[in-house]
Amino acid sequence: MPLLEIDGLTLAFRGAEGELPVVEGLSLSLEAGQVLGLVGESGCGKSVTARSIMRLLDSPPAVYRDGAIRFEGRDLLRLDETAMRALRGGRIGMIFQEPMTSLNPTFTVGFQIDEALRLHTDLSRPARRARARELLARTGVGAPDRRLAQYPFELSGGLRQRVMIAMAIACDPRLLIADEPTTALDVTVQAQILELLLELRARTGMALLLITHDLGVVAETCDEVAVMYAGTIVEQAPAERLFAAPRHPYTAALLASIPQLRPGVRRLPSIPGTVPAPGLRPPGCAFVDRCTRRLERCTSDRPALRVEAEHGVACWNPVP
Amino acid sequence: MLRYLGARLGQALLILVGISMITFALIYLLPGDPVRQIAGRSATPETVESIRRQLGLDLPLWQQYLRYVGGLVQGDLGRSYQQKTEVATLIASRLPATLLLLAGAITVELLIGLSAGILAAARRGSALDRAVMVASFTAVSAPQFVVGILLLYVFAVQLGWFPIGGYGSFAHLVLPALTLGLLGGGWYARVTRSSMIDVLRQDYIVTARAKGAGRARVLLVHALRNAALPVIAMIGLDIGLFMSGAVVVESVFGWPGIGQLAWQAIQRIDTPIIVGVTLVAAVAIILGNLLADLVAPWVDPRIRLRR
Repeated sequence: MPLLEIDGLTLAFRGAEGELPVVEGLSLSLEAGQVLGLVGESGCGKSVTARSIMRLLDSPPAVYRDGAIRFEGRDLLRLDETAMRALRGGRIGMIFQEPMTSLNPTFTVGFQIDEALRLHTDLSRPARRARARELLARTGVGAPDRRLAQYPFELSGGLRQRVMIAMAIACDPRLLIADEPTTALDVTVQAQILELLLELRARTGMALLLITHDLGVVAETCDEVAVMYAGTIVEQAPAERLFAAPRHPYTAALLASIPQLRPGVRRLPSIPGTVPAPGLRPPGCAFVDRCTRRLERCTSDRPALRVEAEHGVACWNPVP
Repeated sequence: MLRYLGARLGQALLILVGISMITFALIYLLPGDPVRQIAGRSATPETVESIRRQLGLDLPLWQQYLRYVGGLVQGDLGRSYQQKTEVATLIASRLPATLLLLAGAITVELLIGLSAGILAAARRGSALDRAVMVASFTAVSAPQFVVGILLLYVFAVQLGWFPIGGYGSFAHLVLPALTLGLLGGGWYARVTRSSMIDVLRQDYIVTARAKGAGRARVLLVHALRNAALPVIAMIGLDIGLFMSGAVVVESVFGWPGIGQLAWQAIQRIDTPIIVGVTLVAAVAIILGNLLADLVAPWVDPRIRLRR
């Protein structure tokens, strides 16, 4: 049984002009201890999917129309708020894109880490303090005692993200959701944070759902990759296989558009056209307007994700 | 932090000097010659002149100002024309009632304003939110004497739960404090609501929820502290406002505060009292704001630690 299994998740945002479908029939699975990269352009629904797992979307406006999100066998969409609260920060941890704004500016680092422990454990005050110190040390924060007394705005971006990670792993989660954890950081700091996440995974055996738009990050860190386009997964495969032989035309185009330092190349290759906005998606494949391998049925029928030998692709005419 | 404190104190001192100048000018601009008032109609020009010299009113203006400020520093606000008593003594005798009403009113404002504002922000767009908005709008636009008389009629006259007016026990305080608190609470509710809505949109609120914090904890711990600054500023303003006396409410409930003193003095054109109360009010407004400035860095460490 996979640790996390999303099965046909369909979710819309209710607005003044009716419901806007954001995620449409999304399926993916993540085994314990695995690193899964969820890749896609901005606005494709990656973050919404991540927040759905934690049930962090306010409902309304978010409406779950169909599907299930099974974590350790339990459908999270059917859990009540109390059970969900026990999972959040407990069995499932989450870190965010903006370490600058994701920590509360009016509380010390120590208070914010301690809170995670207080909410989920029965540890005594000194025990929590020792644990907080240990967590900071483990996430590579020097001088833990001084850091615990500091406020987030006194720390650099990299340090804040380390504090966020310390907070998220405080209760030994089985799944850590990282929503663009390195996007707001310098390149050198990015590498350090990714390394830290992999090291923590190796040490604790937690699974990692890494959400990013950066294929470079995926290539460096992930065991498995799921490519998202316009609210659904178009391809999921082990990382090596996906990079070597992408089957969905979108994945192929995405890989081809990675800038490479080569003499003579003057223009960055890009995929012509734009992602259709939610509500303007065609009835068939959402990629149809930008696709070079388009068939007639692509306009009218939406292809489902079909898995063959651990390689899933949602396309009527995949790259051979 | 020291620089922040220094700047705030310096500002307060500068404003105080300005106020002393304005009140000094006020004494000269108000109609009536104090010497004539003291000497009486039948006094000879020699007597008038000697009293003028005695009071130092023949000195150059800047010397008179320095004497005036010297007196102020020692707590000398002059004597009432009518009652021949020290103005400082008169004001001091009204201070307990005024402070009591101030504390009561602000307590009611906070109880009503914070809870209504937080609830409205937490359920933004709901029927409850709309009800709070309508109620707070009604509250801030209702005249004090109407609400005061209404409360008086219902709870004192009809139900007899509270005394009709006067001063002396907790029961006396309830209705006047409620009148001021209900009306002021409308502002608090609006400010709290908009400040909370702003804070609840922030990323760290999602972080708190992702940590497993419950709804109440997110609202009262994570959001409220960040939303508190505008409310604290309002408390500072209210301290100044209520210290200068709640004239209407004091009249309705026969509350012996500074407002009544001022109102009676105005009717009798008793200049020293009017000037004295003005001065006390101005100082209270400065102190109220200073207090808010001192509390702010304790609530939001970014103010404390910013260089």
